[in-house]
Amino acid sequence: MTSPMQDPNTSFLFGRLTFGALPFHEPILVATFAVVALGGIATVAALTYFRLWGYLWSQWFTTVDHKKIGIMYMILGVVMLLRGFADAIMMRLQQAMAFGGSEGYLPAHHYDQVFTAHGVIMIFFVAMPMVTGLMNYVVPLQIGARDVSFPFLNNFSFWMTVGGAVIVMLSLFIGEFAMTGWLAMPPLSGAEASPGVGVDYYIWGLQIAGVGTTLSGINLLVTIIKMRAPGMTMMKMPIFTWTSLCTNVLIVASFPVLTAVLVLMTLDRYVGTHFFTNDMGGNPMMYVNLIWIWGHPEVYILILPAFGIFSEVTSAFSGKRLFGYTSMVYATVCITILSYLVWLHHFFTMGSGASVNSFFGITTMIISIPTGAKLFNWLFTMYRGRVRFELPMMWTIAFMITFTVGGMTGVLLAVPPADFVLHNSLFLIAHFHNVIIGGVLFGLFAGMNYWFPKAFGFKLDEFWGKISFWFWVAGYWFAFTPLYVLGLMGVTRRMRVFDDPSLQIWFVIAAFGAALIAVGIAAFLIQIAVSIRDRKKNRDVTGDPWQGRTLEWATSSPPADYNFAFTPVVYDIDAWHDMKANGYERPLSGYEAIHMPKNTGAGVIIAGLSVACGFALIWYIWWLAIVSFIGILVVSIGHTFNTKRDFYIPVQTVVDTEARRSKLIESGA
Amino acid sequence: MGRIAATWRGPGPPETRHFMDHRTGNALKRLHLTALLTIPALLSACNAVVLSPSGDVAARQRDVLVASTLLMLLIIIPVICLVVFFAWKYRASNKDATYAPDWSHSTKLEVVIWAAPLLIIICLGGLTWVGTHLLDPYRKLDRISRDVVVTDDHEPLEVQVVSLDWKWLFFYPQYGIATVNELAAPVDRPIEFKLTSSSVMNAFYIPTLAGMIYTMPGMETALHGVINEKGVYDGFSSNYSGAGFSGMRFKFHGMDEAGFEEWIADAQAQDATLDRDTYRDLAQPSENVAPMHFAGVEDGLYHDIMNMCVEPGQMCMDDMMMKDMHTKSGGMDMAHGQHADHGAMGHDGHDHGGQDHKDHGAMGMDVSRNGGEDEMQSDTPEAEKTATEADRRMLHGHGLGGGFMPLFQPDPIQPADTQPNPANK
Amino acid sequence: MSSTVTHTGPRKFHLDHEPHLPEGDSTMLGFWIYLMSDCLIFAVLFAVYAVLGHNYAGGPGPKELFDLELVALNTAMLLLSSITYGFAMLEMARDRQRQMLGWLAVTGLFGAAFLSIELYEFGHLIHEGATPGRSAFLSSFFTLVGTHGLHVTFGIIWLVTLMVQVTRTGLTASNKRRLMCLSLFWHFLDVIWIGVFTFVYLMGMI
Repeated sequence: MTSPMQDPNTSFLFGRLTFGALPFHEPILVATFAVVALGGIATVAALTYFRLWGYLWSQWFTTVDHKKIGIMYMILGVVMLLRGFADAIMMRLQQAMAFGGSEGYLPAHHYDQVFTAHGVIMIFFVAMPMVTGLMNYVVPLQIGARDVSFPFLNNFSFWMTVGGAVIVMLSLFIGEFAMTGWLAMPPLSGAEASPGVGVDYYIWGLQIAGVGTTLSGINLLVTIIKMRAPGMTMMKMPIFTWTSLCTNVLIVASFPVLTAVLVLMTLDRYVGTHFFTNDMGGNPMMYVNLIWIWGHPEVYILILPAFGIFSEVTSAFSGKRLFGYTSMVYATVCITILSYLVWLHHFFTMGSGASVNSFFGITTMIISIPTGAKLFNWLFTMYRGRVRFELPMMWTIAFMITFTVGGMTGVLLAVPPADFVLHNSLFLIAHFHNVIIGGVLFGLFAGMNYWFPKAFGFKLDEFWGKISFWFWVAGYWFAFTPLYVLGLMGVTRRMRVFDDPSLQIWFVIAAFGAALIAVGIAAFLIQIAVSIRDRKKNRDVTGDPWQGRTLEWATSSPPADYNFAFTPVVYDIDAWHDMKANGYERPLSGYEAIHMPKNTGAGVIIAGLSVACGFALIWYIWWLAIVSFIGILVVSIGHTFNTKRDFYIPVQTVVDTEARRSKLIESGA
Repeated sequence: MGRIAATWRGPGPPETRHFMDHRTGNALKRLHLTALLTIPALLSACNAVVLSPSGDVAARQRDVLVASTLLMLLIIIPVICLVVFFAWKYRASNKDATYAPDWSHSTKLEVVIWAAPLLIIICLGGLTWVGTHLLDPYRKLDRISRDVVVTDDHEPLEVQVVSLDWKWLFFYPQYGIATVNELAAPVDRPIEFKLTSSSVMNAFYIPTLAGMIYTMPGMETALHGVINEKGVYDGFSSNYSGAGFSGMRFKFHGMDEAGFEEWIADAQAQDATLDRDTYRDLAQPSENVAPMHFAGVEDGLYHDIMNMCVEPGQMCMDDMMMKDMHTKSGGMDMAHGQHADHGAMGHDGHDHGGQDHKDHGAMGMDVSRNGGEDEMQSDTPEAEKTATEADRRMLHGHGLGGGFMPLFQPDPIQPADTQPNPANK
Repeated sequence: MSSTVTHTGPRKFHLDHEPHLPEGDSTMLGFWIYLMSDCLIFAVLFAVYAVLGHNYAGGPGPKELFDLELVALNTAMLLLSSITYGFAMLEMARDRQRQMLGWLAVTGLFGAAFLSIELYEFGHLIHEGATPGRSAFLSSFFTLVGTHGLHVTFGIIWLVTLMVQVTRTGLTASNKRRLMCLSLFWHFLDVIWIGVFTFVYLMGMI
C-alpha cells in the first residue's frame, strides 16, 4: 500500500479537499447546514450587537474557574445531545420506513454515517462532557476546595473536548463521517475498505477530545487526593466524590489505551503499517481486544458518577443518611477493578475458546454483585426515610426500576450461550440503551435538577421538569422494549432495510418512543427557559434548597468565585448535615484575602490550533498540519514563560460578597 | 395485525416460506398492547425465532437463556417491587411510617444484600461454565436432538463458508459444489461449518440453527449445528460490514434426505463452475445478490481464500507463517519448540487444523505453486519435514499468542477429523 | 465506619486562616499520574510488539536487522544522559545554577547523540527495505522504538526550554519543580528504554 503522503491526487494547498467534498447533492445536509448557518449567524450577530464577545472571552472562554468550566461542559453536552438525538430520530425513521421493498429515505452512504455518528457523539460528546461537567462543578465544592489542582489544565481539557466535537461536527458539512460503527473496527476501518476521510475524522476527533479527557482525569484525581478540606479522610468523602475518584482512576488508566490504539490505526491508514491489516502479519483481532480494554472501563466511567448522583439524591430526598456507606465505597472500588477483567464479553462470538468465554462471562456477572449491593443500599436508604418526590428523586426512582431491567439483560448477555444468539442483535442495542439512558442519562438529569440551583441560584421549573421526566421515561420504554422483542426475533443491529414486513410494527412503536423522547428533550429545554424567566420566583436564597447533606450546600447559590469564604473543617460523612445538626453558624467576620488562579487564553488557542492540525491531517493538507503543530509547540512553550498565573481576591471583595449573601439570606427568612 | 403471525418461522411444510398460524395471530391481535408489557410470556407464542428455534443447538442456547432469565428474576422482581413499595410507604406525606434519619447500618442486612446476588451469580456462573463448554461452537455435536445421540452413522455435512462483500459463498467439499446466498442441509444431520472471510469481518448467523460466529479474513472459525425440522429459514450477517450489509441475507433450507440429494444433484447439473477467475469476479462488491449454484470448484480454492492467496503471486498465509518460523529460529529447525507461541490463540486454538491439512495435501498444493515464492525454495530439508506439523498447528491466523496470555489457551478439544468421504471428488 | 456519630459540644467548622499550600503542591503527584498514563501507552505498544513481533510476513527478522553493538552504544548514551541529569539535580540541590546548566547541557547532548544513532539505525533499516510497512513485526518495532524516540525529542525540547527559563529567572521554586518533573520524565524514558533494549533487541537476537 502506498502512503497517502505520496498520493498524486492531492494538491499542495488543499490536500484532498475539493468542492466535491461539500455535500451539495444531499438535500438533508444542505437543509441542516442552512439551519445551522442561520442559527450561527444569528448567534454571532446577537453576541456582537449586545457586545458580549469581550465578556464571553474574559469571563468564560479563558476562565479557570471549575464552576464555569463545569457549566460549559454541560452546555457542550446539551448541544451535542441535540445533534446525537437528531441522528437517532433519523435512524428510527429509516428503520420504520424501509420495509416491503422500500429503501427508506437514507441511502447506505448516509445511513451508515448516521449510526456511527450517533454512537460516537452520544458517548464522547454527550455523556462524557456531561459527566465531566458535573464532576468538575461538584467535586471541588464537595471536598471544600477553592478550585481543582490544575486550573489551567482544566480549561485546556475543556477546549480540547470542544475541539474534538468541532472536528466531528465539521464532518457533517465537509466531506463525510466514518461508516464503520462507533468503534471503527478494522479491517472495515482500514485504508482499503474505508479510503475516504470519514475514519480520519473519527480518529482525529477522538484523539483531540481524548487528550482533554485524560488530562481532566488526572486533574480531578489529584484534586480529590490532595485538595480535600481538613478532616475529610477518604472514608468521610461524599459518595459522589468517591465515584468521581474511581471514574477518574478509570479514565487515567484506560484512555491511554484508546490513544495508543488510535495511533496504531492512524499509522495503518497514513503510513501503511500493518498493525490491524489482513495481510503482512497484521491482526485485526488485536484492535478489537485493545479497543474494548478501553471500551469496557469507559462504560463504568459513565455509570459510576451516575451511581454517585443517585446516592446523594436518595440520601438527601429521603432525609436520611445513606445506608451502608462503607459497603457502597467498597462496591464502587470493586466495580472499578473488575471493569478491567471483562472486556472479552464484547466478542464472545469471535470464537474464543469455551474456557476463555466462560471466564470473562463469569467475571462480568461478578460485577453485578457490587452493583446489586448498591441498589439495595439505595433501597434501604429510602427505608424508614421521608421520601420527597422532587424531580431529582423522581429520576432516581425511575432509574432504579429501569436500570434493574437493564442490569438483568446485561447479565443475560454475559452468559456466552445466550450471547451467541443475542450478540449484535437489537436486544443488545436495547440492553445498552437501557443502562445508558436508564442509568447514565437519568443520572445526569437527576444531577442537573439537583445541582442546578447551586450553580445558578434558582431551582428548575417543576412543571416542565415533570413533563420532561414522564416523556423521557415513557419514551424510553416505548423506544426500546420493541428492540428487545426484535432482538429475540433475531433482528440484527445496523440494518438499513428489512424484507420481513411483520417486523415493521415494532419499528413503528420504537419510532413513536423516539418521538416521545423528542418531546422530553424539548420539555427539558423549555424547562430551562421557563426557569430563567421565573428565576425570581424559584430563587434559592439559602444555598441549601433541598436540605442537602454535603459541603456544596454549605456555601451560597451560586457560590462565590472562591467557593468558601473560610475553608471548612469536616468531622463526619455528611459534613453539612453534621454542621447543621451541631448548630453551625456562618462566620461573619475575620475574612482574609484569597489566593486564586488567573484566567488565561492559552487553552483556547492551543485547542484551536489542534483543531486546525487535525483538520489538516484529515485532508492531507500537510503544510497546515506542520504550521499548526509548530504553533501548538510555540504557544505551549510560551505559556510556560507566563509567570503571572495567580492573584489574590482582596479582603474587601470577600467582605462585600459575604455581606450580599447575608442580605440575601435575610430577605428569604 | 395478522402480519405478526404471517412469518411464523416455526415448524411447517418446507415449501411454505411464510406459514400462517391463525390461532396465534388472532390471540396476538387482541393482546398487542399488552404484549408490550408482558413480552416474555407472549414471545414464545409469536415469531421470536430465538425463543423457538428449530435446531437443537439453538434450542439449547435458548434453554440457557430462559434458565438464566428465570434465575435472575428471582432477585429482580423482589427488588423492583421493593423499590415501588418503599418509595410509596416512606413518602414524605405518610407521617405514620417510621422515620429513622440516622439509621444507616445493619450488618445483618449488609450480609443479605451481598449474599443474595452472590448466590444467584454462583448458580448462574455454574450454568455459564457448563453451558459455555457444552455449546462451544467448536465442539463436535454429541446429540442430534433431545433424544438422539450422535453415533458413527451420522456423517457430518461439511460446509465451508466465505463471507464476501456482500454475499455468502458456501462450499460443499463432500459434493464438490458451491453456492452463493443459498444453503441447504438435510434434517437431523450434523453440520460442520468452517468459516472465513474475504475482506472484512462478518458474523454468520442462522438464528434457528445455532448461535452466530464471526468470519474473519485470513482466519478460520468453526461452527457446529443441526437442523431438526424441515423448513426455509433466514440466515444473514450479524456483524456490520459496509454499505451492502443489509442485503447480505440468504435462505437456509432444512430438507429431508431425498430433497437434499435432489438439491445437490440440481447444483451439480449446473453449467457454471467456480474457478479462481469466477471467484475474483464474485468477490467484487455487490449487493442483494440472487442465489447461484456452481457444479464444480477449482482445487484448493477455499484454502487459498482463507490464506489470502487467490491472486497470482500472493504468498499464502500458511506458507508465510511457516517461513516466519524459520526466520524466527534463524533458519534452524526449532519449529517444535515454537508451537506454544504460535499455535494456540484465543479464537481458534482448537486443533481443527487437521481438516485443512488434509485439503492441503489432497488438493496437490505445494509451497511453490504460486509465483513470487522463490525464497521458499531455500528452506532446508529439515524445515520441510517440520513444515507439515507447523502448518497443522498454526494455519489459522494470528491472535493473542498462547505464550503471551495463558488465559487464552483454550481447551484441547479434539479436531473434527472426518474420514475420507467417498462423495468427495 | 460508625454510622451514627453524633458529637456534642462546640466544634470549629472552619479554619480561621487560609491554609498555605505551597505553590505547585500537587504538581509532582499529577506528573506521576501522567507518567503512569504514558506508561500505559508504552504498555500497549509492548503488548502489540509481543503479539506481532514474530509476524515477519516473509520479510527479514531481528537477527538479520539488528546490530547489537550499535544499540549497546545507543543504550550507553541514554544511560549516561540519565546519570548526568542526576548530577544536574545534585547541583540544583546545592543551588549552583551554572554547574547545573552545564550538566543539563551534557544531558541534552547525550540525548541528541542517542537520537542521532537511532535515526541512523532507522535510516539504515529503511534503506535496506525494512520499512515500517514491510511487515507487522517492523510496524510494531518502528512504532515502539519510534514512540520512545519521540518522547526523547520532546524531552530535549523541554530541557532546552527549562535551561532558557533558568537562565532568565534563576532557580526559582517553580523552575526547580519543573526540573524535577523533567527529571522524572527523563528517568522514566530510561526505564522504558531498558525494557525496549531487553525485550526487543536482546530477546530478538536469542
